[in-house]
Amino acid sequence: MRLSFLALCLLAGPALADFPETVQDHILPGYGALANATANLAVTADQTCDMQTLQPAYHAAYDAWMGVQHLRFGPVETEGRALAILYWPDPKALGAKAQLVLLTGDPAKLLPRAFAEQSVAARGLLSLERLLYPAESLPADPCPLIRATTQDLAATADQVLADWQGGFALTLMTAGEAGNTTYLTRPEARQMLFTQLATGLEFLDDQRLGRPLGTFDDPHPERAEARASARALRNVELSLSAMRQMVETLTPDAPQTLEAFDRAIQLAAALEDPDFAGVAIPTGRLKVEILQRSVEHIREVVLSELAPELDVGIGFNAADGD
Amino acid sequence: MTNRRTFLAGLAGLAGSAFPRATWADAGGPAYLAAAKAGEAYFLHGLSEAGESLFALQLPSRGHAAAAHPTRPLAVAFARRPGTFAVVIDCATGVESARLIPPDGRQFNGHGVFSADGSILYTSEVVAETSQGRIGLWDATRFVRIGEWASGGIGPHDIKRLGDTLVIANGGIQTDPTDRTKLNLGSMRPNLTQLSVAGQVLAQADLPDLPQNSIRHLAVGQGGQVAFAMQWEGDPAEDVPLLGLWRPGGTALLCPAADAENPRLKGYLGSIACNAAGQFALTAPKGGVAMVFDPQGTHLTTVVRPDICGVAPMGQDSFIFTDGNGVLSLLQEGQMRPLVQTAMQWDNHLVRL
Repeated sequence: MRLSFLALCLLAGPALADFPETVQDHILPGYGALANATANLAVTADQTCDMQTLQPAYHAAYDAWMGVQHLRFGPVETEGRALAILYWPDPKALGAKAQLVLLTGDPAKLLPRAFAEQSVAARGLLSLERLLYPAESLPADPCPLIRATTQDLAATADQVLADWQGGFALTLMTAGEAGNTTYLTRPEARQMLFTQLATGLEFLDDQRLGRPLGTFDDPHPERAEARASARALRNVELSLSAMRQMVETLTPDAPQTLEAFDRAIQLAAALEDPDFAGVAIPTGRLKVEILQRSVEHIREVVLSELAPELDVGIGFNAADGD
Repeated sequence: MTNRRTFLAGLAGLAGSAFPRATWADAGGPAYLAAAKAGEAYFLHGLSEAGESLFALQLPSRGHAAAAHPTRPLAVAFARRPGTFAVVIDCATGVESARLIPPDGRQFNGHGVFSADGSILYTSEVVAETSQGRIGLWDATRFVRIGEWASGGIGPHDIKRLGDTLVIANGGIQTDPTDRTKLNLGSMRPNLTQLSVAGQVLAQADLPDLPQNSIRHLAVGQGGQVAFAMQWEGDPAEDVPLLGLWRPGGTALLCPAADAENPRLKGYLGSIACNAAGQFALTAPKGGVAMVFDPQGTHLTTVVRPDICGVAPMGQDSFIFTDGNGVLSLLQEGQMRPLVQTAMQWDNHLVRL
């Protein structure tokens, strides 16, 4: 059963902002935008393999993913879908190795069903980036693989959206109601959504910013995300904006959290270093470090203000180490 | 304090508990032990076969795991590391009958096990200053210290009986004696050690290719197979196997779940258990999932449950789980369903008695 918009509205209940609003105003529109952008990308690739034409459609799809990439539960976790959309970080370059086999190998592996069986590392946005922004000339015509990759992205995004609309949205929104064996209480649903924010911010801090920063003596600009298409900084900005919007849907009462997000978003917007190449020189590095500190500040405020506001915390066992 | 949200929760009204309370089917003592937090206090609960709490014994601080005596109705509950106490419990009444305090300079590390005849309790310990592993020996009648052995590594955690021998998960991590800070992540070398009942090393295995994979918990499967659960201390971007199988004398076999499934464990396993069918269940509280593997180490199924951590076998081919949201869940025939909902936060382990 696909859930109608009306049904979602009726389920939302009396609160101005709470997790049902997060489903309606953040999650479903986000996955809808991802399905649209990836469908458009696949249609464009079907018409042409001209890099200049495809690159904007690739960026639009990546932008849409940044609107929802912090959500790591539910339909996006089944069959490795989140990883099949974005496999990053990839410190052992598994994606490039697996993709080379596909680029030069049996064309039957590019048929949709066979392609969906390939390693998640060989699929998704960064696999497409390697074809649209090649570092050196490719050993074979990339067009068939571009089409297979974009079709797979669109199909994956469509499956995620269909699963949300076809039942998972209802499962989350009816948390705590009799018969709901996934989310047994409403606090449990809030706790789970809060965890998405906490881990999303941690990923931003440790991976998206931390990997290229490395240490002062050993910076790693080459580890920045989506470096070839120069969108490492853009991903940070979009991720911050998406998580800020998620906070607004969860509660009307987290002013310090929103302020902390705004500060980080301003710093990111003022940073003129799209691929974080600047981390290798002291002045450029300082700016990225200041941005990272602003993200760390959000992490603190999320715990000190948002968690008590939502009556949740980091999971008792998830936060442990034993 | 009533804030907007609790007020709304009140309005949302209260369908009551969605799950009827199970009957007290068991006439005797508890079937399981589990540590829990309730408010700011820590308890050890004895649970019936149906998951209902039969007794709750308050602990001086946070608990971790417990060990059941093989013949007498008593168990020992261990403090979370660095542990300063262990409590001996009369399982029929839930009353504390003795308390163990580690010797000066030693700390309990959360786990222990009785000898097969029940005469000796073995405790996983460290030398506080260095994290050098020790196995403490206690007379299990009077609960007095009678000796100690080297554990064969740094930072031992779980310890299990394997026939007449002991198997120890030496996690390899040196920690600050006061605050659990990890001190040697760049040079750690975890291992599995099998000790004789004379304290001699019979066999060892390590992970030469993945030295930053801390071996932490153990389950003994069919035919003396040891399953071990790990916690990855290396680059979180690397997806590594977290389940291993070992027969003492052989090399350890690492068992990743499939390509896209393994990353859901988020590099961290909290507990492991084996059921009568020889299947292994692993919990991943950071990933909010549990997985079941067959006796050969092949992934069978993944189930989702936030903050899931404790696991114990139930019946022939099922498992029971506890989580930080206070729920006991039953995984049977591939389906996860809640058994009992409580106001407690269940801690790391669920121990079958």
